[in-house]
Amino acid sequence: MEKECKVARTGCIGTCSVGPAVLVEPGDYLYQSVTPDKVREIVRDHIVLGLPVKDMLYKNEAYFQKQHRLVLRNAGKIDPSRIQDYISAGGYSALAKCLATMTPQGVIYEVVTSGLRGRGGAGFPTGQKWSLVARSHNTPKYIVANLDEGDPGVFANRTLAEADPHAIIEGMLIAAYAIGAEKGYIYIRSEYPLAIQTLQKAIAQAKAMSLLGEKILETSFKFDLELRFGAGAFVAGEETAILASVEGRRAMPRPRPPYPANSGLWQKPTLIQNVETLANIPLIVQNGGHWFSKTGTPKCTGTKCFSLTGKISNPGLIEVPMGITLREVVFDIGGGVPDGKKFKAVLVGGPSGGCLPETLLEIPIDYDSLTKVGAIMGSGGIVVIDEDSCMVDTARFFTEFCVDESCGKCTPCRAGLARLKEVFDKITHGQGEMSDIATLEKSGVYIRDASLCGLGQTAPNPVITTLRYFKDEYVKHIVEKQCVAGKCFKTRDEEELE
Amino acid sequence: MEKDDKQRIMLEKVLKEHNYQESALLEILHRAQEIYGYLDKDLMMDISGSLNLPPSHVYGVVTFYSFFKLRKSGEHVVTGCLGTACYVRGVEQIMEAIEQEFKLKRGGSTADGKLSLLLTRCIGACAMAPNIVVDDEVIGKATKEVVTQKIREVLGGVKAET
Ligand SMILES: Cc1cc2nc3c(=O)[nH]c(=O)nc-3n(C[C@H](O)[C@H](O)[C@H](O)COP(=O)(O)O)c2cc1C
Repeated sequence: MEKECKVARTGCIGTCSVGPAVLVEPGDYLYQSVTPDKVREIVRDHIVLGLPVKDMLYKNEAYFQKQHRLVLRNAGKIDPSRIQDYISAGGYSALAKCLATMTPQGVIYEVVTSGLRGRGGAGFPTGQKWSLVARSHNTPKYIVANLDEGDPGVFANRTLAEADPHAIIEGMLIAAYAIGAEKGYIYIRSEYPLAIQTLQKAIAQAKAMSLLGEKILETSFKFDLELRFGAGAFVAGEETAILASVEGRRAMPRPRPPYPANSGLWQKPTLIQNVETLANIPLIVQNGGHWFSKTGTPKCTGTKCFSLTGKISNPGLIEVPMGITLREVVFDIGGGVPDGKKFKAVLVGGPSGGCLPETLLEIPIDYDSLTKVGAIMGSGGIVVIDEDSCMVDTARFFTEFCVDESCGKCTPCRAGLARLKEVFDKITHGQGEMSDIATLEKSGVYIRDASLCGLGQTAPNPVITTLRYFKDEYVKHIVEKQCVAGKCFKTRDEEELE
Repeated sequence: MEKDDKQRIMLEKVLKEHNYQESALLEILHRAQEIYGYLDKDLMMDISGSLNLPPSHVYGVVTFYSFFKLRKSGEHVVTGCLGTACYVRGVEQIMEAIEQEFKLKRGGSTADGKLSLLLTRCIGACAMAPNIVVDDEVIGKATKEVVTQKIREVLGGVKAET
């Protein structure tokens, strides 16, 4: 008996805890923790005899049930190294539609209607940003796709680039058409070699098919695309810093205005957009802004990708509609805390996000609700912390990160964060005093309010939220010299020994 | 000497590819580091001359970004991921075990230059945390035992001292 079966490499399916994973179609049969021996069994029973091997199938249905995959529509389904696969899945038809039937203003209108907001952290309305750049008469104009993904604990943009690079490229092309740009850069961090390779290949294929370069799809539209590599600086993801870095300089933020929309790369109008934002664009053009706005909440439409990590049963990359609650994400999709441990906190928004306690798990995930409780959407990091972690040490860890990554240009961030860290070192070494709590609170607010860029403005979030929601742990450290997690108070000798 | 010339030819090719544009400085530094392994003073002077940039500019850029190395690393390189997920899942204990067993500090190398221990902020494999990279091989869900064993292996059976 002979059967034809296509074997393809795809991007990440998102179930990182049970890799390697194999998907058999038709029917979406997902096999988990596959080994060479298991492959033999799958081929024999499933492919040849048509009997799925039940006990090897991925069992956690809830993991996918609550997800809504728009941005990750092709992840795990197509071979990212083949542009033909992307095209067969409907790729580049949105671009064709724009060029054939839509005016640049018409495209911007759909993006405005969609309600799409930037996925890189700040949540600025995308359509509005496009209008600003489009209105400028200063040329040439540029686009920078932000794939710096500097937040530790986050890998959604990497996965997107590795699984569906053309979605990013098509999004950039449509944006370029709408705002009148002829040149774009994808700024990608050098820690992502596979994503870089995948994008390089995708760009070459798009060029070969006249989807990039001159006379795109036989029209007068032209657009050229280059990669630029980061070099390990968190602040380089900030929008004015990324411009300096693309120009080959130190990634130091500068005050705004002027905004990049008016004066960006080489003082020309520049659109800076996160790659996840861009990957939404082809769908919006294809199905209309109104269609898109029906997903999510009225003020926060669409979906968001989250990297779910830490002490959680099902870590991985998920995409959920805006407005889903944190509890659904952590417990229904994530499966809660493993090993019978107790949930303590969830850190939302990366190293400058907020540490939220269990009582806040019912809040919906959207930009405004998260900001209200002291967290941020950031680039979509959700890290679950269990009873084994000390909240004081956690806040110290993030502060240390921000001290390291502060570019040093403005004093509140440079000196203020260093001061916070000193206080943390005191407390975690058993020399804390009650007045330290007030110092942390006050300095945190100063740094937040007085810093030049988003790094300093959000860096105190972990400190402020742990003080707000877990103050008892600080008091225990200071008064009783006790750390509930047994992490702190190593003497210097003990540290040497370890 | 011969090897040096070859490296210089490769660098010249890279410079030419980028049209000696100063905006390509980061790309050029990346490639130069690939070719030479690290960026020492002579190399930075060379690049600054080729791009017609002040040496202070090149040095400023190199020292700003943590990816660029000013010194040669050890023969083998172990990199600990200090991302949030790795931190929550206990990468610190593994780093301490490595430092103790192989007698080096993070950011440094062993006295014999065989092993360097570096840090990175995140390699983006957070679902597999904690992660340690031993000579380009990512060890996910790492434990002290597995990592120190692996390092002993790459070092070629160097005896562990306890
Ligand atoms: C310290 C800092 C780091 C940032 N890092 C990133 C990043 O890695 N990726 C990203 O897309 N945006 C990052 N941002 C946000 C950008 O400044 C900018 O808002 C975003 O790229 C705009 O694109 P969007 O509107 O599509 O979100 C960062 C901001 C700050 C303050």
